Amino acid sequence: MSDDARPLDGTHDVAPLASAPSAEIRRGQEERLAKTWQTPKGWRYWSDVNNSSVGLWYTAAAFAFFLFGGVLALLMRVQLAVPGNDFLTADRYNQVFTLHGSVMMFLFAVPILEAISILFLPQMLGARDLPFPRLSAYGFWCFLIGGVFVAGSIFFDAAPKGGWFMYPPLTTAYQPGIGADIWLLGLSFIEIASIAAAVELIVGVLKTRPPGMRINLIPLYSWYILVVAVMILFAFPPLIAGDILLEMERAFDWPFFDPARGGDPLLWQHLFWIFGHPEVYIVFLPSVALIAMIVPTFAKTPIVGYSWVVLAAVGTGFLSFGLWVHHMFTTGLPGISLGLFSAASEAVAIPTGVQIFCFIATLAVGRVVRSTAMLFVFGGLATFVIGGLTGVMVAIVPFDFQAHDSYFIVGHLHYVLVGGTIFPIVAGFYYFYPLVNGKALSERLGRIAFWLILVGFHTTFLPMHWTGLRGMPRRVYTYPSDMGFDTLNLISSIGAFVLAAGFAVFLWDVLRPKGKQPLSKRNPWNAGTLEWLAEMPSRSWGVRSIPEIDGRYPLWDQPNLMRDVDEGRFYLPDAEEGFRETLVTSVIDAQPIQCLRVSGPTFITFAAAAFTGGAFVFATFYWWWPAAICAVLGFASILAWLWTGTAAIPEKDMKDVGLGLSLPLYASGPASVGWWAMFITMLGDMTAFVSLVFGYFFYWTAREDFPPEPTPGPGVFWPSVAAAFVLCSWGLTLLARRGNRDDRPLVFYGSLSAAVLLAIAGAAAFLAGPWLTELDPTEHVYQATVWVLAGWTAAHLAVGVVMQLYCAARRLAGRMTARRDIDITNVALYWHFAAITAAVTAAVIAGFPLVA
Amino acid sequence: MTLFRLLALPAAGEASLWLPEQASTVAASVDEAWWLVYWVSAVFFAIIVVAQVYFMWAYRRRAGWTEQKTAHHNFPLELTWSIIPSLIIVVMFVKGFLGFLDMRMPPADTYDITVVARKWSWSFIYPNGVVHPELHVPVDRNVKLVMSSDDVIHSLFVPVFRVKQDIVPGRYNYLWFNATKPGTYDLECTEYCGTNHSEMRTKTVVHEPGGMERWLEDRIEDIMKMPPIELGTLLYNQRGCSQCHMVDGKGGTVGPKFEQTFGNRHQFTDGSQAVGDENYIRESVMNPQAQVRTGFPPTMPTYKGLFREAEIRGLIAFIKSQNPKFKAEAEREYAKPAGETEAGDASPDSDLPDGGANGAASADEN
Repeated sequence: MSDDARPLDGTHDVAPLASAPSAEIRRGQEERLAKTWQTPKGWRYWSDVNNSSVGLWYTAAAFAFFLFGGVLALLMRVQLAVPGNDFLTADRYNQVFTLHGSVMMFLFAVPILEAISILFLPQMLGARDLPFPRLSAYGFWCFLIGGVFVAGSIFFDAAPKGGWFMYPPLTTAYQPGIGADIWLLGLSFIEIASIAAAVELIVGVLKTRPPGMRINLIPLYSWYILVVAVMILFAFPPLIAGDILLEMERAFDWPFFDPARGGDPLLWQHLFWIFGHPEVYIVFLPSVALIAMIVPTFAKTPIVGYSWVVLAAVGTGFLSFGLWVHHMFTTGLPGISLGLFSAASEAVAIPTGVQIFCFIATLAVGRVVRSTAMLFVFGGLATFVIGGLTGVMVAIVPFDFQAHDSYFIVGHLHYVLVGGTIFPIVAGFYYFYPLVNGKALSERLGRIAFWLILVGFHTTFLPMHWTGLRGMPRRVYTYPSDMGFDTLNLISSIGAFVLAAGFAVFLWDVLRPKGKQPLSKRNPWNAGTLEWLAEMPSRSWGVRSIPEIDGRYPLWDQPNLMRDVDEGRFYLPDAEEGFRETLVTSVIDAQPIQCLRVSGPTFITFAAAAFTGGAFVFATFYWWWPAAICAVLGFASILAWLWTGTAAIPEKDMKDVGLGLSLPLYASGPASVGWWAMFITMLGDMTAFVSLVFGYFFYWTAREDFPPEPTPGPGVFWPSVAAAFVLCSWGLTLLARRGNRDDRPLVFYGSLSAAVLLAIAGAAAFLAGPWLTELDPTEHVYQATVWVLAGWTAAHLAVGVVMQLYCAARRLAGRMTARRDIDITNVALYWHFAAITAAVTAAVIAGFPLVA
Repeated sequence: MTLFRLLALPAAGEASLWLPEQASTVAASVDEAWWLVYWVSAVFFAIIVVAQVYFMWAYRRRAGWTEQKTAHHNFPLELTWSIIPSLIIVVMFVKGFLGFLDMRMPPADTYDITVVARKWSWSFIYPNGVVHPELHVPVDRNVKLVMSSDDVIHSLFVPVFRVKQDIVPGRYNYLWFNATKPGTYDLECTEYCGTNHSEMRTKTVVHEPGGMERWLEDRIEDIMKMPPIELGTLLYNQRGCSQCHMVDGKGGTVGPKFEQTFGNRHQFTDGSQAVGDENYIRESVMNPQAQVRTGFPPTMPTYKGLFREAEIRGLIAFIKSQNPKFKAEAEREYAKPAGETEAGDASPDSDLPDGGANGAASADEN
């Protein structure tokens, strides 16, 4: 049991080259690598897509939003410092607290984890870049545009004011301003960027590990990121589905949440918290991941109970999807569901506790070095434990009735999020900072910042537990002086400024000019994981040669690893053809299977993001024409990006990657990273669709009048015809893939053309059902739900048609051949999902009214 | 010692730093669950933090220390720290869930109060028809609140009772409690409901035995003292008339507008006709299905037994005054307090308080 790091199949290790190549050869290699991976200069710097640039921008932007959210928090504490204060008006205060929550969750907590991962994950995996650098860049620009749009709204007194939870009907019928639309469209846009990053990170962890890094040797950080990215994939789509429904009600009066017309406000709460609870763990687990990297380094010993930590991380992620109803205990749901969700909410304490126990045990067996990073880890764990324990308290239903929507919860959630997320992130800054610019942060300033933050934090948030239990409700902009809240609120407000002072010291430490400070020494903390191979300052190529790994802490386990990597004794020490290359390995065993060429700098991802952003921003103002034009241009930019930047046919089949290994330069199907990305994206897409179907059945269980009697449409005929067309189109797409592979152009073009026509006919037939039966979506929720399902399916078919035409064009242009068939393989994969979507839609909208 | 009692173990029912005083039958069991988890948490927090600090200190790196191979696995230990907390959690869950079941199921015999929440005020409707913006309940009696919302989601919270329930539009939500201590307490909305969410608070008054009945009678007396037209206006707004009948361009459209009711000739679905007079209005309230106007659905419910004579007088006065032609006449005719003409209710003093000064009317207009 004690040595589970041994190779599972007993294969022998691949040794590095016995002697280093000559200095001259190495100089040539380094020149070519440097040229290939060069960061663009001047204004072209912003066209960079490499993970080190994009990750840095991403981190900086997310941190800027954190500071913005922090200033909003200070405004609130000023307002609440004394009773009956009029520093902010009620309306302004409501904008401020809504934006504080939304910014911290959507513009800081989730993005910062993606940012840090984009920055360091490739280095931890000994890869030169993530598999889809341009996707990261696209995600970053989307995030920046959407974030500035949402956050900036407060300067125009137009910010959302429905709370970060946006409960209808307050946010539908009673807030006519533009704020709610900014929230819905601006943040949906960012959620899409988050999903893009999740896809990138999942494929990165699964496919771009160094040879030999079997699944049981992955650094814990990568395990956590894998878990979190999978959670994002299943948690964000329900919220996107909810956003669509809420925006449809606001923009077009489709009554999804209007009880007078069959809607139900509770559907939003379900969709929101199916996202919202996993969200807590999505922002918390990556920080635990940082702790899991920092603790072993400073204890100078491997983590204790690696497999338990991994199991606990997976278990926490899994359980977190079963907790959402504990945000709805007071809505009057059936007792049995309260019991189940209460039990699950308490049970999640177990895996969380196991992780903490493992960290403490690691401290016990190791020898701990004093450092600021460890100080923040310690403060974070102690704070988080309090938040976790108050979490167990509110999982107990009768006590939750007392605490729910009171300041007790405000205290609880800040202990969880600040202790569990922000402290470890600051620790991560102190730990990883030398990797970014080669210089360390100041230990002395760090300690000052730590004590200010720790004392300030507890002074701010501990009293909130007491005001809450005394009955102070959340989200009040002021309170009368006779309720016993005065002193405690004043203490909280003073604490908030001490906390802010701590962050000011930290910010100064990060930003202060470090020109005279000597470079940090290489691997300054004597860590054991691969990211510390980096030179100081780090080189744009990332890792000089990609090593073969046999343990969890290669720098501790493998003697001379740094020398061997530096001298190019491992894989891919060169860039002979001038392409950016990295290795792709198999999912379980990490056997090398492909040499992947990733794309380089471009402005097209920026253009794509700007136009996509334009579509969302203009739609917020109901300026439909500019929005439509931007959407078309955004779509065109993405097509141009795909056409020029993906699935390029290499000049040769195989490449010698060193150490006597030859790998293919092109792979399609499950061997390719593109196939995995499509598969993972479609899982997220399918989750959004399932959420819409869930809505249909939710109305059926919750409302007597769903579906109405007699059912007004869409009938059985049109949906059945539509499904039949789509299934034929799907079959013909598969036939086209076959025709391409067999190099029979007639079969390929013939079946693809027929597939296009059938898909168009199918989409039209889906819309014809509700159209011809004259379903008015504003009349009742039934009609609206049928339209939404039909519209969702038709939109997917439209995208599917573009994909089919794209494949035909690729072959015509000679960019796809019988053997180089990534495009049609991935499109066929898309069509599997499109066919399922169409079949389920038809079965629900045509079949269900018959059996209901 | 005082500090310890505040932080750790207050006497039964007394307020501590953590929890306000207990004033309902379920409060004690809620607080027991809380103290159980509180102490378990305190112990775990102490163990975790002490262990962390101790290990970081005791096993700090000293000069001259050389690396040695360490264990990174200990199955019995890992099993122990997984199983013991699991068992503790099972105990806490059972304790909490049993308490929840008690709070969930209202007993059979309850005193029912209807609650209507709206932005940003409360209406409590008592069994005798009194409507008031404060919650008044008898002590030691099972009380059930039947709650609905006119607009957005609200949530009713009485901290000393340890009860809270959301009020979701489109459905009824229920809440029950049994108040054990007479007194005046806070009641507030805890679900964010828009601009003035902070202002949506009122009082809960728990009456001594007999006090509730006296209070309700006083409220009826207030009604009797009101000028009839004003009383009618109040009833129109509070008792559901406005849901269907329009006045001044506001209100529902299901039933006839009140502007045209008094003094006009009406056609009924059974073919008969009548002029809208006092008798017609009275009959429409008490026995609405007897004369359904053509062009309107027969959906008006009867209010027989739900209004006092004085209240019916008030409604007639209000409806009459809505027709501009009869407004002056109605004001002359109904100048005396609504209760004045009734034998038993007539109050001896003839100088009338103006309606705005009494509790029910003024408070509800806020």
